[in-house]
Amino acid sequence: MRHIISLLMENEAGALSRVAGLFSARGYNIESLSVAPTEDPTLSRMTIVTSGSDAVIEQINKQLNKLVDVAALIDLSEGEHLERELMLVKVRADDAARDEIKRSADIFRGRVIDESDSTCTIELTDTCARLDEFLRAIRRDLILETVRTGASGIGRGDRVLKL
Amino acid sequence: MELTGAEIAIRCLQEEGVEYVFGYPGGAVLFIYDALFNQDKVKHILVRHEQAAVHAADGYARSTDRVGVALVTSGPGLTNAVTGIATAYMDSTPLVVISGQVPTGAIGEDAFQEVDAVGITRPCVKHNFLVKDVKDIAQTIKKAFYLAKSGRPGPVLVDIPKDVSNHRTAFEYPASVTIRSYHPAGKGDSGQIGLAARMLLEAERPMVYAGGGVILSEASGQLAELVRTLGFPCTSTLMGLGGLPAGDRHFVGMLGMHGTYEANMAMQHCDVLLAVGARFDDRVIGNVAHFAQVPRKIIHIDIDPSSIAKRVKVDVPIVGDVKLVLDELLGVLRGGGRAPDAAALSSWWKQVEEWQAVGGGLRYKNSSEIIKPQFVIEKLHEITGGEAFVTSDVGQHQMWTAQYYKFDKPRRWITSGGLGTMGFGLPAAMGVQLAHPGATVACVTGEGSIQMNIQELSTCKQFRLPIKIVALNNGYLGMVRQWQEFFHGNRYSETYMDALPDFVGLAEAYGHVGMRIEKPADVEPALKEAFARKRDLVFMDFRTDPSENVYPMVPGGRGLSEIILAEDL
Repeated sequence: MRHIISLLMENEAGALSRVAGLFSARGYNIESLSVAPTEDPTLSRMTIVTSGSDAVIEQINKQLNKLVDVAALIDLSEGEHLERELMLVKVRADDAARDEIKRSADIFRGRVIDESDSTCTIELTDTCARLDEFLRAIRRDLILETVRTGASGIGRGDRVLKL
Repeated sequence: MELTGAEIAIRCLQEEGVEYVFGYPGGAVLFIYDALFNQDKVKHILVRHEQAAVHAADGYARSTDRVGVALVTSGPGLTNAVTGIATAYMDSTPLVVISGQVPTGAIGEDAFQEVDAVGITRPCVKHNFLVKDVKDIAQTIKKAFYLAKSGRPGPVLVDIPKDVSNHRTAFEYPASVTIRSYHPAGKGDSGQIGLAARMLLEAERPMVYAGGGVILSEASGQLAELVRTLGFPCTSTLMGLGGLPAGDRHFVGMLGMHGTYEANMAMQHCDVLLAVGARFDDRVIGNVAHFAQVPRKIIHIDIDPSSIAKRVKVDVPIVGDVKLVLDELLGVLRGGGRAPDAAALSSWWKQVEEWQAVGGGLRYKNSSEIIKPQFVIEKLHEITGGEAFVTSDVGQHQMWTAQYYKFDKPRRWITSGGLGTMGFGLPAAMGVQLAHPGATVACVTGEGSIQMNIQELSTCKQFRLPIKIVALNNGYLGMVRQWQEFFHGNRYSETYMDALPDFVGLAEAYGHVGMRIEKPADVEPALKEAFARKRDLVFMDFRTDPSENVYPMVPGGRGLSEIILAEDL
């Protein structure tokens, strides 16, 4: 099953490689990983999307917690949470296709952030699944580039990950 | 007064009460060696290979409950140390390894003797640091010692670039250190402990399975009390030997691949299993699916939550320090006024004794013609009165020592269990001997393993370490040969050790005493003579039966009850 694990870690050189190395060394799946500093510059927040049996997910959580640099961790998928991913898609947009692309972007609440005579770049922020749907909704042969950030996640309501 | 980073590093070691640093100098650690030269509190043991420095620090740590310290240079110094670090990591030994690094300005430029030390060691350390500012050295070394020793112990690497070791700053050693992202477990959950106590008292076929965590946590007294209070059978992993005295009537021997029949059968068929500081690894429970075929309740005490429910499902997990948890558990059992079901326990013991009879115990057929390796270990135990510190390398000799040297005390059996590192025994024995100057230290090894760090005979000479090397020389890489005999149609691919050196001559060349023993009748007199030579390192080259195999054996990937017993003896 798909899980979104969110963690706070020391914003130190090598911290990211400890997490990435853990996943490769122990053979865990990693669908996406996104990381950036928080409002406290000594801490980074990381969102990892992974999948596995309950036993594997339990081990992933424990192994991540065991890393000395990891200060706090939460498995967001165990409760109410929000998930967002940013995607930039550049499509070939001749006159005929351009309108169709823009209509699709509208439906998915995307916006056009750049246009040239032959291309159109759309920005979309939504769940990973919705971004997948958008990619399926437009003609594959029109896609020139897809750039995705990987998911960021946060708990709903009072569910807070903080030191 | 301002000190250089190198001086600070050495002052930190002094503050930590470090007696010995095992190391090897080189370009990137020149300033640190200079700082060592100018003091005499911390003694440096010059090894002949960096792998040995780490193993020696490891042996020192395992035999004392203190942190072992090694010091190596950048590049090859560090890469040579990696096997030692990984060995310590797998067996949870507290070590601080200080490595030199190229100057900060040269990092990333493929400088001479540059490797990414932090990157290379990352998967085999508890934590590691690259110190980029001289102001951070004291704090970092303090953290390193704290991390190495607290919680589940392990090796910590501190990589210090050469320029940082020469920069100056004021020295102040922090009295204590906290790491906001690190909270090692202490006491266990009282509710869980209460639940465990009830489950143990209600058991009909109980079993205690003790591992290296008992030794690390200094909990052998608690373990013995628990086992005796409850009257339960107890087995031990390779790493846990000595945790419960081998002579205790509740001890049913080591379990696992070369464990006793009764220990493995009881492990498989118990209804309540108490796992204490052990991790259900593949050499212990064999095939996980086979192990799970028999339903049993499992209580698992471990300081590392990731060790719990990693390979087997656990009913009552208790995260905590083994000693503290056992203390609390004993308190609950004493206070409860209940005893286990005597009738059930007595019929369970009867079953265990039946298995003992079927297995026939640990046995081998002795010979008056050719030396049997088991016989040497039995005699070793007898002649040292079971009081020696015994290190080993890896292979058949390691298993025979585990089986036949009846360890009655913790920290006497020093072996590479997790990583299985050949070449561990001799350097580890150096660390043990330095930690216990008057004690008897034996290194049981084979002709294969000993050659993996034989250069340390030179270190032993320099520092007058009277280690007794018991080499069981059968001319083969015996354990591999055994697997080839059992599972690869007797095709002994590259396991015959041709062109062996004359070990007696070799020992003498290094300035030691060498003995060659070829007849069973000479085993005892030779051991007596060797151990009487209190001041000498004696290399005993026992020519043993090359066809001897280690029994019992649970073949790799099989279940505990699918055990092969010795042929009719």
